Amino acid sequence: MTPMWYIVLASVLFSIGAVGVLIRRNAIVLFMCVELMLNAANLALVTFSRINGGLDGQIMAFFAMVVAAAEVVIGLAIIMLIFRTRRSASVDDANLLKY
Amino acid sequence: MLSSLWLLIAIPLASAAILLLLGKRADRWGPWLGVLAPAASFVLGLSMFISLGTRENKTVEESLWSFIPVGDLQIDFGLMLDPLSAVFVLLITGVGSLIHLYAVGYMAHEEKRRTFFGYFNLFIAAMLLLVLGNNYVMLYLGWEGVGLASYLLISFWYTRPPAATAGKKAFIMNRVGDVGLVLAIFLMFAKLGTVNFTEVFAKVDTLASGTILVLGLLLLLGACGKSGQFPLQAWLPDAMEGPTPVSALIHAATMVTAGVYLIARSNPIFSANTTLQVIVVSVGAVTLLMGSIIGAAKDDFKRVLAWSTVSQIGYMFLGVGLGGGAYALAIIHLLAHGFFKANMFLGAGSVMHAMQDQVDIRRFGGLAPYMRVTWLTFMMGWLAIIGIPPLSGYFTKEPIIAAAFGRGDWTSWLFGGAALLGAGLTAFYMTRLYMLVFHGPKRWTEGQHPHESPPIMTIPLILLAIGSAVAGWLMSTSVIDWLTPVLPTGEAHEAAMPHWLISVLGVALSVLGALAAWALFRQGTAVDEQPAGPLVTAARNNLYTDAFNEVVFEKPGSWLTRALVYVDSKGVDGLVNGLAAMVGGGSGRLRRLQTGFVRSYALSMLLGGVLVLGALLAVRLG
Repeated sequence: MTPMWYIVLASVLFSIGAVGVLIRRNAIVLFMCVELMLNAANLALVTFSRINGGLDGQIMAFFAMVVAAAEVVIGLAIIMLIFRTRRSASVDDANLLKY
Repeated sequence: MLSSLWLLIAIPLASAAILLLLGKRADRWGPWLGVLAPAASFVLGLSMFISLGTRENKTVEESLWSFIPVGDLQIDFGLMLDPLSAVFVLLITGVGSLIHLYAVGYMAHEEKRRTFFGYFNLFIAAMLLLVLGNNYVMLYLGWEGVGLASYLLISFWYTRPPAATAGKKAFIMNRVGDVGLVLAIFLMFAKLGTVNFTEVFAKVDTLASGTILVLGLLLLLGACGKSGQFPLQAWLPDAMEGPTPVSALIHAATMVTAGVYLIARSNPIFSANTTLQVIVVSVGAVTLLMGSIIGAAKDDFKRVLAWSTVSQIGYMFLGVGLGGGAYALAIIHLLAHGFFKANMFLGAGSVMHAMQDQVDIRRFGGLAPYMRVTWLTFMMGWLAIIGIPPLSGYFTKEPIIAAAFGRGDWTSWLFGGAALLGAGLTAFYMTRLYMLVFHGPKRWTEGQHPHESPPIMTIPLILLAIGSAVAGWLMSTSVIDWLTPVLPTGEAHEAAMPHWLISVLGVALSVLGALAAWALFRQGTAVDEQPAGPLVTAARNNLYTDAFNEVVFEKPGSWLTRALVYVDSKGVDGLVNGLAAMVGGGSGRLRRLQTGFVRSYALSMLLGGVLVLGALLAVRLG
């Protein structure tokens, strides 16, 4: 099995995530799709690290995981607050910050 | 005694500062301080005059500090006392003190009289600076100072619209002349590298003839503006809106003669070009005839005197234009005029004081028995100005007429004839004024109770009347000798007529003019406007000079202004505002992109990412 398949998998995962972000309204689902895109990127990093024979990409993947964890904490808290005040988890309802 | 010239200027200046800065605290004693300051300068000036007389070298210079040191241009704050400025100092402070004293009485009921005396002292200080400066920049400083004082005093009663307008008119017309003077100073610096009197005059010979002509014409423009000469004469009669002491001091005796001083002081420049001299003489001749013709048709007491001033200064311009020995003649006529015209203006003030500020001479008549002092002193002024010997006008005006006849070619007849005709007209309009005010039937308005003015006003009148009576004889002899060191003395050409004949003709024309006016106006005149022939109508309308100014300068000026305002508001502002509107409108539309929907942002991010990626790939593959 060549590393190429991992790249293809990462691309497919990223595409699913991106489409999910664009077409879903629920903030939680949106959030999971963002995680999916992050992990696709991690997978790509690790694969390229393997192809190139270095460890840089794997280290970078660890950084991305840490950042993703922190982001999840803050993101969920924001979603919670929006839900409490607006009784809705739809991102289209949270559209006050505009022109 | 001659080491502190600056004190002459500093005393009235300090007094003006005290009066204007102390405010109401100085109200009680302010006017008296205002009188004391010029009087102190007069005493000081007199002692300087006397000690100057005992000196061999009659020019005293004093450099106070370096005023404008810029590279090659070194201008000192320098003062100079020489015979010419000495007589001016005496005239300004002497007549000035008398008029200040008179003003204490005349302005007694005026609420703002402290301010009035502050401005009056400021004027004295500026006028002294004008005549004492030893370079053109000092002269210009004083020149603008008197212009400011004149403006402030003409519009002293600024709540009255005519006074406010007259002040503005004087200020603006003076600016026209002042531009000439400034350009002349620039030209001197550019061509000669100095503005100092003695240095400029020493280098005049090195200039090209055309440059001298331009320089002289610029100086003449300045002189015409300040002295109310044709074509800048229109402001002077309107300046009579100011209080009468102002008319007497500034607009008759001293400030308006500054133009004559300027030309007399610059005599090496004017003597160096004959074309220039002909132009100055022409200005003088035209103005003296114009002033006397208009003066003969006016019915406002002070305006008759104002046009008379214009006309008499015309004689002085005639004198300084003739050059040679006539410079000194113009100066003595200036001094004599200072006395008799100040006397008559103060007399006019006294009459107005008695008649509830009436100024229409058709509404006077038969005042002689009611105010004997004013009547007799005015009579002195009247006889002096029309040149009846042995009063001062005869001794000072007649030599100018004789000099005009001594030009040596056909222009003798032209300018001499104009001066002679002017003498006859002067006699006519002054006699008309005198007869209508003091003699003939009473044509008063209701409720007039004329009375003589208080002594504080009559004493200056008496002193000035004595001056009008005797000063001329004194001046025609000693003052001419006194002025010899600074003014040229050149001999005149053979006169076109014998001198005695000119004298006889002059006096005869004056008597004739006076008799004609006596015959016409001894029975008084109608109290309202009468229809008149074309000449009288023209003269009543200032020979249409105001209309001319309005059509030729004022109207095109306002059109130009309106066009410029249009270009500014539509063109310049349009460009700037248009740019701003474009940026604003564009931003307003762009801002719609910020919809508030998170997913549309995500889409644009994705599209952006794809675009960048595509571009990278294209570059790589391409």
